[in-house]
Amino acid sequence: MNIELLDLDARHPAALPGVAAALRALSLRVSDGEQVAIIGPSGAGKTTLLQVLACAHPPTQGQLQLAGVNPWTLPAPALRRMRGQLFLAPQVSPLPPRQRVVTSVLAGRLPAMGLLASLRSLFYPADIPAAYAALVHFDLGDKLFERVDRLSGGERQRVGLARALLAPASLWLIDEPLSALDPMRARMAMVALVGLARERKTTLVATLHQVDMALAHFPRIIGLRDGQVVFDLPAEHVSPEHLAHLYAQHEHELRGETLTLTMPEVAPAAPAPVVMHCR
Amino acid sequence: MKPTPTPDATPVTRAVAQDSANPPWKLPPPLFDARCRACWFTAALLFLVVASFVSLNLDWAAFASMDAARSMGRFVAEFFPPDLSPIFVNKVVWAAWETLAMSALGTAIAALLGLVLAVPASRLSHQDPAWLRRPTRWLLNALRAIPELVWAALLLISAGLGPMAGTLALALHTGGVLGRLFAEAMENVPSGPGDSLRTQGVGRLRVFAYATLPQVLPQLMSYMLYRWENNIRAAAILGVVGAGGLGQLLSFHMGLFQMNKTATILAVMLLLVACVDVLSFSLRRWLNR
Amino acid sequence: MSAPARDPAFASRMLWLCLALVLLWPLCVATEFRLWVLWEPENRKVTANFVRSFWPLVYNAEFLQMLVLETWRTVAMATAGVTLALLLAVPLSLLATRVLSLSALSGRMDRWPAVLRWCVRATLIVLRSIPELIWALVFVRVVGLGPTAGVLAIALTYDGMLGKVYAEILESGESHAAQTLMRNGSGRLQAFVYALLPSHAAELASYTVYRWECAIRSSVVLGFVGAGGLGQQLDNSMKMFNGGEVATLLLVFIALVALADRLSAWLRKALA
Repeated sequence: MNIELLDLDARHPAALPGVAAALRALSLRVSDGEQVAIIGPSGAGKTTLLQVLACAHPPTQGQLQLAGVNPWTLPAPALRRMRGQLFLAPQVSPLPPRQRVVTSVLAGRLPAMGLLASLRSLFYPADIPAAYAALVHFDLGDKLFERVDRLSGGERQRVGLARALLAPASLWLIDEPLSALDPMRARMAMVALVGLARERKTTLVATLHQVDMALAHFPRIIGLRDGQVVFDLPAEHVSPEHLAHLYAQHEHELRGETLTLTMPEVAPAAPAPVVMHCR
Repeated sequence: MKPTPTPDATPVTRAVAQDSANPPWKLPPPLFDARCRACWFTAALLFLVVASFVSLNLDWAAFASMDAARSMGRFVAEFFPPDLSPIFVNKVVWAAWETLAMSALGTAIAALLGLVLAVPASRLSHQDPAWLRRPTRWLLNALRAIPELVWAALLLISAGLGPMAGTLALALHTGGVLGRLFAEAMENVPSGPGDSLRTQGVGRLRVFAYATLPQVLPQLMSYMLYRWENNIRAAAILGVVGAGGLGQLLSFHMGLFQMNKTATILAVMLLLVACVDVLSFSLRRWLNR
Repeated sequence: MSAPARDPAFASRMLWLCLALVLLWPLCVATEFRLWVLWEPENRKVTANFVRSFWPLVYNAEFLQMLVLETWRTVAMATAGVTLALLLAVPLSLLATRVLSLSALSGRMDRWPAVLRWCVRATLIVLRSIPELIWALVFVRVVGLGPTAGVLAIALTYDGMLGKVYAEILESGESHAAQTLMRNGSGRLQAFVYALLPSHAAELASYTVYRWECAIRSSVVLGFVGAGGLGQQLDNSMKMFNGGEVATLLLVFIALVALADRLSAWLRKALA
């Protein structure tokens, strides 16, 4: 799926009315099958960009085109079909705590499954070998039948990534895939993601904090700062001056001194609303 | 020396200050301040309470006099010794089993009914229009407003005497209660898993099954078990209108003034309620381990 | 490791499912649960007639007047019952709460105070375990038909409920203020009024208001055994198969419960 952004403005969904837009006059073009990394300091609007690409919120201004079509002009059924063709992996792994890994991973395939098949898969997983193969790419094969809340933060993040491998999507939008992973696992995950994207000719857009990983694995790097594109270059053309300019006043992030974003522990279930019974 | 009133004192306090021996800040506040909402509320509450007692014409003599105490004493004495003959105890145990079955089956059906009604009654995401939310909530409120006994009395007309009317009555009333509780639990669930599936264009029912239900299931089971504790008490008394179980036996023997049999039934009732309480508590602990 | 072929949880799931079905069968037998009985021709006819008689609703002046009176009676019964319950519940809860124990100030509670508290708690639990309908049945035989029996029944059962929850509320949260006062020599009642009451007053009042709302529902149920009010009217109308009156009474009852619910929610929010 190719992407085209023309002069796009977008706000963060939770932003107050007076705050400046997260993305400003952004223009971008990604062709089908490309792998792109988006880097930049925090607050640059990377997550908002991914959410706009995933058709999660409409842009306030400008145009978005996916595969040559503006998704927001489509009728609802067509928009739903288009959504089935993209996959967004948020930063916080979106896995229900008490679900098993096999069901969570297979949930990535829901857009391609019929209603009855989906419900049947809840009782007996429909395609165990496929789930296993996806998890093996991220070294999680032995956790196939574990409960999600029994996994560590990094393992949960990798399960979220493995879901992408099962989705019938031609566009992968991955938000901070390495935030909870140690260097060795991070490298393995990057190799797997980028390699598989190249193999399946899937468009991959990933936001990363780890600049060295981005430069090592992605052919194209986009630098984002304050909602605008600072540079858009092939990886080998990105020089330290470019990076210094991008991360001005945020050098600690460039050096990787930010506290590693630890995966939030599985949030304890919202306290049961105080219910009083007539008893 | 008369104290000089402060310039911002109201006319009343100024007058009081001029005539009183103490400066105004040493005086206690007025008992009823016409501007104070809490005062009006307390007055209304007192009025309600007094009016209730007066209008009901309660027969104070009936339960406060020596006569009443003596007749009460005699009445209580008739309970002992409780009838422990094997035939009768057997009958009571069977009635207890019937009551237990009524409460268990009624609660189980109510959980299913509640789950089915909770889906339209809850707003599953911010963008969810949830057209059916208000009418379903009205239905749930109507179901839970009518007490189990009234439902049982109504259902006896269709279902005839016997425990089925009681089971259905419990199912309908508790279905309303559980439906409302389930809907609130589902609305309070973290939206992350559901959102990520919705981004992929997955439909409502499947988002519910794959994202909402796994998160909320332990809480639903907990509510269901808690309601079972209440329903065992309700099932025990539904028999009074004819819905079978211990209640029917109780009202039958009490009507014949056979107080020692009544004592046995009451004892078994309390024992049954205590057992179900303990069972429900341990099951809830085991589920949330 | 090769790909696993089967789902290991499947076997245990099937086992639980079979267990549930096996348990379901005797339950259905014991409750004579034959849903198809509702569709039998005679039952269907009776039901249809009854439901059809709901319309038109009965709303002549005489009936409405009686309705208003009985509604007030129901509310009055609930209010009087909860008031009487409070009279007994407050002292019992003070006796039962562990926070006001003088002997516990210096470590473990002494033997006899602990036994006393345990006894009071047991009494409260027994009082609340006996359904109010049973009390009402008993009292109707002692004091005769009428609201007295209902008020007494509600008073006793709600005494147990209120007492136990009050004791728990007083024990929750910080007891530091009360203990400091008692350590410095103040009496238990003083410690309660000056330390515990201010911090827990809102929660106590809130729970009492909620119980009042429940009492209104209870007093309708008690009407079925002769305690008067809407419940008794409902029982009479049902026995006479007068669907119009039954429908009006049910609607009034639902409205009353909704109103009490709204009022209690507003009061609780104002108190919080």
